[in-house]
Amino acid sequence: MHHTAILFLEFGAVLLGLGVLGALALRAGISAIPLYLIAGLAFGTGGVLPLATSEEFISIGAEIGVVLLLLTLGLEYNADELVSSLKGNARAGIVDLVLNAAPGAILALLLGWGPVAALAMAGVTYATSSGITAKVLSDLGWIGNRETPTVLSLLVFEDLTMAVYLPILTATLAGLSLLSGAIAVGIALATVTVVLLIALRFGKWIEAFVSSPNNEVLLLKVVGLALLVAGIAQQLQVSAAVGAFLVGIALSGQLAHDAQALLAPLRDLFAAVFFVFFGLQTDPTKILPVAAIAAALALVSMLTKLATGMYAARRAGISKAGQARAGIALVPRGEFNIVIAGLAVAAGAHPDLGPLAAAYVLILAAFGPLAAKLVQPLFEAIAKRA
Amino acid sequence: MEVEQTALPGIGLRHEFTTHSGRRIGVISHRTGRRDLVIYSKDDPDRACEAVKLNDEEADALVELLGAPRIVARLNQAHAEVEGLVSLQLPIPATSPYVNRPMGDARVRTRTNASIVAIVRNGQVYASPGPDFVLLPGDIVVVVGSADSTAEVGDILAEG
Repeated sequence: MHHTAILFLEFGAVLLGLGVLGALALRAGISAIPLYLIAGLAFGTGGVLPLATSEEFISIGAEIGVVLLLLTLGLEYNADELVSSLKGNARAGIVDLVLNAAPGAILALLLGWGPVAALAMAGVTYATSSGITAKVLSDLGWIGNRETPTVLSLLVFEDLTMAVYLPILTATLAGLSLLSGAIAVGIALATVTVVLLIALRFGKWIEAFVSSPNNEVLLLKVVGLALLVAGIAQQLQVSAAVGAFLVGIALSGQLAHDAQALLAPLRDLFAAVFFVFFGLQTDPTKILPVAAIAAALALVSMLTKLATGMYAARRAGISKAGQARAGIALVPRGEFNIVIAGLAVAAGAHPDLGPLAAAYVLILAAFGPLAAKLVQPLFEAIAKRA
Repeated sequence: MEVEQTALPGIGLRHEFTTHSGRRIGVISHRTGRRDLVIYSKDDPDRACEAVKLNDEEADALVELLGAPRIVARLNQAHAEVEGLVSLQLPIPATSPYVNRPMGDARVRTRTNASIVAIVRNGQVYASPGPDFVLLPGDIVVVVGSADSTAEVGDILAEG
């Protein structure tokens, strides 16, 4: 068969399969991410239906997926919000970082994977999936709740931490010597700072350049700018994802809303491809041996997130039930944990890291939203008795 | 009363306050223009037990329903501050000779020197109605003038 024909057949079948899985997830009321990962496992090496030719194409699609995920995340916030959240919630944010980076890092060290893998695993357990959490909040009608601003500002803090963490991780994974590594990290942090400053001071100029009444022009300009900056960032060892995130932050106001609405379908397509790609790279036969460890890690990091949410909400003067809700809302992990694990796998980290991260995210992306749904009636009962 | 404003990063803004009777209510303004009216639980004051999604039109309707009597009250207050000026709210009884007739037929201003400044119908305020405004039973006519003239308007609207 012709190469293009096979490519279309495979890629089409994958997308169609994802669509069917997405419909199932919708009916079950869970996030589609775990199902996409499972689909990837099935199509990948060692899976039931290995793909022949489209893997390379999917890998590029996955890279674009990461850029679009981070770009739309950045579009949700503007620079002022980031700065004010940084000021108001620094303490809760640091508690979040310490408590939730620890389980992953400690596990990696216990398993003897070395400090670089520990840094990557710290990121895998640290970041809450802002996408899944936002959906949980809206599905359960928790957006109006008084603990919700606390949860949201923790998410903002985490995303900002990512902007600093990802460049450091990229530089460390590149295996640079201490000096050149330090220089790379320095360049990375300087770039992040400069872009944030530009976004704060000259955001209007960038918007004036990008803005257009025509959707087509706007789409091309935003995606073009994001890919361009992502490429430059990658070249500077800052990580393409961070570049795209910073472009998103620089754009704000009506322009950001318009761009977000335009990008949403494109992001959904490529993000799904990204999750499949991560599954493709992971050998499903390797998951079983690490499943128990992943489950234990999931349990521990669920408790640490719960503690984080409760601590932050108590500081904000929220009552017991609200504290527990804040904790449970923070449990889901998803896209960024996979992005981080993906970076580590691509750089040739320990072979068990990919399967472990996949199993871990599978558990928490599926169970996090369910847990929130199950405990809602429990909280109501507790509140009534109190 | 203090209205609390909280930023919801990535979503929009929330305004909330506690009513005199101790209930907490709020409005979430999404960036997309959507409005949510939220009512907090009695048992758990942090939890929104009801969240009603409102589009632009529905939000406007709610504002008018809640706002109309307040506008009349404020009008009364303003007039009370001017000495000798009275404002009355006169309901149109079903037996009034002016029911289903244009307001101009009553020739209120010529006969009494008082002015009809607004009509309240179904909670909605029609400010400065013209002479061709058709009166319906149940309308409330807001009239401004001296004590005597406004009392006369009441008689005219009731008996002709």
